[in-house]
Amino acid sequence: MSRFRKVFAAALVMAATAGAAEAGRLGLGREALPEEVAAWDIDIRPDGQGLPPGKGSVKEGEALFLEKCAACHGEFGEGAARWPVLAGGFGSLKSAAPEKTIGSFWPYASTTFDYIRRAMPFGQAQTLTDDEVYALVAFLLSMNDVVKDDFVLSRDNFTSVKLPNEAAFYLDDRETAEKHFWRKDPCMTACKDKVEITGRARVIDVTPDDKDKSMKVE
Amino acid sequence: MNQTAKGLDRRSLLAALGGGAALGAGAAAGLTARPAAAAAAKPDPAITEVQDWSRFLGEGVAAHPYGKPSKYEAHVVKRDVEWLTAGRESSVNFTPLHELDGIITPNGLCFERHHGGIAEVDPAKHRLMINGLVDRQLVFTMDDIKRMPRTNRIYFLECAANSGMEWRGAQLNGCQFTHGMIHNVMYTGVPLRILLEEAGLKTNAKWIMVEGGDAAGMNRSIPIEKALDDCLIAFKMNGEALRAEQGYPLRIVVPGWEGNMWVKWLRRIEVGDQPWHAREETSKYTDLLADGRSRRFTFVMDAKSVVTNPSPQAPLKFKGPNVLTGMAWSGRGTITRVDVTLDGGRNWRTARLDGPVLPRSVARFYVDFDWQGEELMIQSRAMDDTGYVQPTKAELRAVRGLNSIYHNNGIQTWLVRANGETENVEIS
Ligand code: HEC
Repeated sequence: MSRFRKVFAAALVMAATAGAAEAGRLGLGREALPEEVAAWDIDIRPDGQGLPPGKGSVKEGEALFLEKCAACHGEFGEGAARWPVLAGGFGSLKSAAPEKTIGSFWPYASTTFDYIRRAMPFGQAQTLTDDEVYALVAFLLSMNDVVKDDFVLSRDNFTSVKLPNEAAFYLDDRETAEKHFWRKDPCMTACKDKVEITGRARVIDVTPDDKDKSMKVE
Repeated sequence: MNQTAKGLDRRSLLAALGGGAALGAGAAAGLTARPAAAAAAKPDPAITEVQDWSRFLGEGVAAHPYGKPSKYEAHVVKRDVEWLTAGRESSVNFTPLHELDGIITPNGLCFERHHGGIAEVDPAKHRLMINGLVDRQLVFTMDDIKRMPRTNRIYFLECAANSGMEWRGAQLNGCQFTHGMIHNVMYTGVPLRILLEEAGLKTNAKWIMVEGGDAAGMNRSIPIEKALDDCLIAFKMNGEALRAEQGYPLRIVVPGWEGNMWVKWLRRIEVGDQPWHAREETSKYTDLLADGRSRRFTFVMDAKSVVTNPSPQAPLKFKGPNVLTGMAWSGRGTITRVDVTLDGGRNWRTARLDGPVLPRSVARFYVDFDWQGEELMIQSRAMDDTGYVQPTKAELRAVRGLNSIYHNNGIQTWLVRANGETENVEIS
């Protein structure tokens, strides 16, 4: 490259980034094309932002679920083997074995759409059409007694669907509810009289290499 | 005791068992004081005989273009708990904390948690998109990101479910399993603020959503204040490129906040005016309390500590001088003090912090003590610069019940018996 052309090229680059530099920016990266944003912007919010056009019925969803999901999640979303349970569990949240499902626990139906669209079927992510996702969400809502069997879910009626446990969620309140954990000068000497052992891991005995023990946790 | 383990030396026995659960009394029967000044009965062959490595040439420089630990350290590995999850693609393994020291976790031992397996992303095809409430929706290549001003910071990453199996009581014998979902790494990356300013935030920008390019498309919401404060877009860990299982080529670092938010294989940041309530912040990573209600957005990891030696996988072997060590961390700030008790919380002493003590990083503590074979009930208690004191498990359960799964930062107890064997217990 001639000297002149080098200088010219440098001037061009500077001109291109001058706008960014003036605004205190680096001028790195490029504008995303609308097609690119559309290809990746797949998230759905509780207020319906992000929902694509489309619709699907409980009936269609049932057929799809049997074909693509039931092997892991059971025919009714009850969970096969140790794969996640998607339906039921009502009234279990205060028990010793809470079962957190879309119906018993999740606050928003939009999460079901967002998650299935991005991550399911497990190992075949992003293979479902928008109508299929609507149908699968409709089916899972019906399995959780949120909608009737003849329900058709669409972008238009999506935000009218409310899940029963929504009101049970509240913002992190540790700084007030656990204020007593901020304490000055914790005790250093003669803090208690006697100490008793109240539990031992070896009794439960589930540390790995103990092959035949099986337990279910989240 | 496991029959097949008979005759193995102590090291391989521990490696084979992977924990003290099956460690019988016999293994620790040879406890001695071995005072330094005692005279040896007969000459030590380790000294009097010429060892192979002293006589023959070793391998040349080309033998290991990428080095690895000594073959004698082969037992120092991440381990998983098979019964925890249905499959290994969405699962977790644990850092062998009892084998490590100092504050930095070596890259190959950083615990892994992924939801759709390890994505093998081609960096030449990796893109980071910023869209939503910005003046310019932008796309960056890895080359673009590496041309931006970068910074180096040491931070811990702790999974919110670390110690989650212990909510109902002592379950697993080994700090690797009870506390091993943490690592502490020096990240090199670009402050997220720089990237967001490059795109230009609209005035109603209140939250961002970060999203991974893996088969789980992991997504989490982060408040804009945090995004602009100390989050990094990192491409190096401990000086080298991120490991594939840690998000190569790009992950977000969210200092002090739960590990699930540190989205790996980061491909997109959307700016919005409200949170997304993604699956990982509704179905998971919400804290179910005894009254059936649930806390959401419990992002920050409270102060916590654990004694890593002795612990069930690393029992005491000698009477006399011993080193007790452990780690402490707080997502709210900097560790200011760690107290240790050897008698189950009757009396405490302040441990010695050694090495860098940095905000939202692991700090290393030591208590050099003398042990004469008496039973010990060891606990550690961390404090941070906000005045927070690590609570007991009982205090935690009094507020949160037993179903919380996440954010168990209660004080851990190790019982050391007369033979040095150490087990995970709970005490009054
Ligand atoms: C090969 C087994 C498999 C198949 C097939 C499968 N899933 Fe899943 N599903 C999983 C696993 C594993 C998870 C949990 C993933 C994780 O841990 O992140 C999951 C999670 C879910 C969840 C979230 C559960 C929760 O409680 O958070 C939903 C909803 C779901 N799947 C729906 C579906 C639908 C709809 C289909 C069919 C289109 C489907 N899955 C097919 C294995 C499967």
